[in-house]
Amino acid sequence: MALLSVEGLVKHFPLGGARAWLDRLGGQAPRSVRAVDGVSFAVAPGETLGLVGESGCGKSTVARSILRLVEPTAGRVIFGDVDLTALSAEPLRRQRRNLQMVFQDPTASLNPRLSVGRTVQEPLQRHTTLGAGERRARVAEVLAQVGLGAELVDRYPHELSGGQRQRVNIARAIATRPRFVVLDEPTSALDVSIRVRAILLLDELRSTLGMTYLFISHDLASVKYLAHRVAVMYLGTIVEEASTAELFTRPLHPYTRALLSAVPVPDPDRRHARIVLAGEVPSPIDILGGCRLRGRCPLAQPVCAEPVTLRAVAPAHRVACHLV
Amino acid sequence: MSELLQVHNLTVHFATEDGLVEAVDSVSFSVRPREILGVVGESGSGKSVTAHALLRLIRPPGRIVRGEIRFEGADLLALPEEQMGEVRGARIALVFQSPRTALNPVLTVGGQIARLYELHQHVSRAEAWRRTIEMLTLVGIAEPARRARQYAHQLSGGMCQRVMIAMAIASSPRLLIADEPTTGLDVSIAAQILDLLRGLGRRTGASIVLITHDLGLVAEACDRVAVMHAGQLVEIADVRTLFKRPLHPYTQALVRSIPRIDREVAMEPIPGAVPSLLAPAPGCRYADRCARVLPVCRLERPMLRAAEVNHEVACHAVEVDSGAAVR
Repeated sequence: MALLSVEGLVKHFPLGGARAWLDRLGGQAPRSVRAVDGVSFAVAPGETLGLVGESGCGKSTVARSILRLVEPTAGRVIFGDVDLTALSAEPLRRQRRNLQMVFQDPTASLNPRLSVGRTVQEPLQRHTTLGAGERRARVAEVLAQVGLGAELVDRYPHELSGGQRQRVNIARAIATRPRFVVLDEPTSALDVSIRVRAILLLDELRSTLGMTYLFISHDLASVKYLAHRVAVMYLGTIVEEASTAELFTRPLHPYTRALLSAVPVPDPDRRHARIVLAGEVPSPIDILGGCRLRGRCPLAQPVCAEPVTLRAVAPAHRVACHLV
Repeated sequence: MSELLQVHNLTVHFATEDGLVEAVDSVSFSVRPREILGVVGESGSGKSVTAHALLRLIRPPGRIVRGEIRFEGADLLALPEEQMGEVRGARIALVFQSPRTALNPVLTVGGQIARLYELHQHVSRAEAWRRTIEMLTLVGIAEPARRARQYAHQLSGGMCQRVMIAMAIASSPRLLIADEPTTGLDVSIAAQILDLLRGLGRRTGASIVLITHDLGLVAEACDRVAVMHAGQLVEIADVRTLFKRPLHPYTQALVRSIPRIDREVAMEPIPGAVPSLLAPAPGCRYADRCARVLPVCRLERPMLRAAEVNHEVACHAVEVDSGAAVR
């Protein structure tokens, strides 16, 4: 059974100001930014699901909706046997020790006035009944788990390197022993060699502590190492979902294929053919009917104007494309 | 073949409260006509400082302590500032890392490019605007006439980078320095920008120095590669040699450390961290991270030497391998 399942998640941000007025003057309802437009997936216990896509595809909004850092417009998020979307503030707060998040910017997500020790202790104070001594012991244990020396407990974020700051963020997220952690681009701001170590650390923590990850990233190489399964998002919807091995060796959706072909490969002898999508990701306000990629897709046919749904083409491989 | 740019013993220091940071230490390399030279390294390797030093854009507390930068027959470090101003932008242009912050937020992007034509090529307003639209078309901006009237905040990151490139090549420079031009862009947009740079290099005959930490970009775009570590240039070779037969232990570790989507290999992180450049110890700055470290490495800085044709490396262990005498 899935540890976390997302069912028909929708998040629309209504447009305000002049644009909403113009819409009303034109006699229509004000439009919205359709950031997430019907997304469903499930994550099994102990699994890492990679959620990939380019800027603006809605992957971070999915993450925030799961933790209800933004309120979903529609859809459900089921964690274990609890519907998180139906919880009021207090029961939701009690669930938070089980669901944590690591944010992208390791510097901006730390309070510059809190020492490393207090940063990692904060969720313990908020979400657990541990006493002061137990909390100190847990902080020491967690810092050791993420590979930070005990001497850093009294340091402040500005005294740390970027890699160390991200380890503090990871330590804070795992301090309450969560079962599920959302990793929102945790390695994107890190330097090459530090990034590799962060990926290896995250994977080791997951297997030793028995956690489950939703790993959000546009860095496909990191996803390939960390994720067991991958879901690809484009313009608010999932267009393909498969096991990591399958997705990287047999991508089926034209968008996935274009995305993979755009990743530079560190081998000067490999001159791979690049699948180029025309232009840039269109506005998530006025979305074309039918397949959302059809305006940019090199393979587009008249049939692509018809609505398209995610369907299984092989066991555990789902694609939303008329031409597959 | 005569070189377009020759850098010799370039050294840049920054005076900080804690002491002197030796950010670039006796770096020598050259750029050939029409080539794309990659400069790679981790943060703190000195690759960006080197790029800025080529244009004499190092500001206090930084200072170019010594060295020689020969470009089109002149030593740029000896030029008076006003002549340097003519080289900068016109003969050597720089494409910055964060295009949105490098563009002027209160001028339309077209206005910024047109001003370059008016200032440098003394053409009329109308002619400057016509060339601006032409240039925006060349860098692949759809609806150039409409986009030219917009401001940086109205454009996507990829479009801002295209505008930056249009500004950089407006005066037909002979050398284009691109400092992490695709960092922060989505993969597919980054691929488009890379294609654009390569195409422009081919079409205009300009040489490009591509500063990046992404070895994938290097493999796809560059003819030759210089590897920097902690302010020192440790290896320089043509791109195939560098990936197939890297000699410096740092280059070998760097190549092994990258996560890759094209094959199943375990990632091995590079041991240790980039050392502090505050009064660094003499000798090789990679010594504390190096698996092949010899006693001499901590005493004496290895010099960049030719290991084979088109392949130079600065490593005592490699010299021992090749049978050269070592004290």
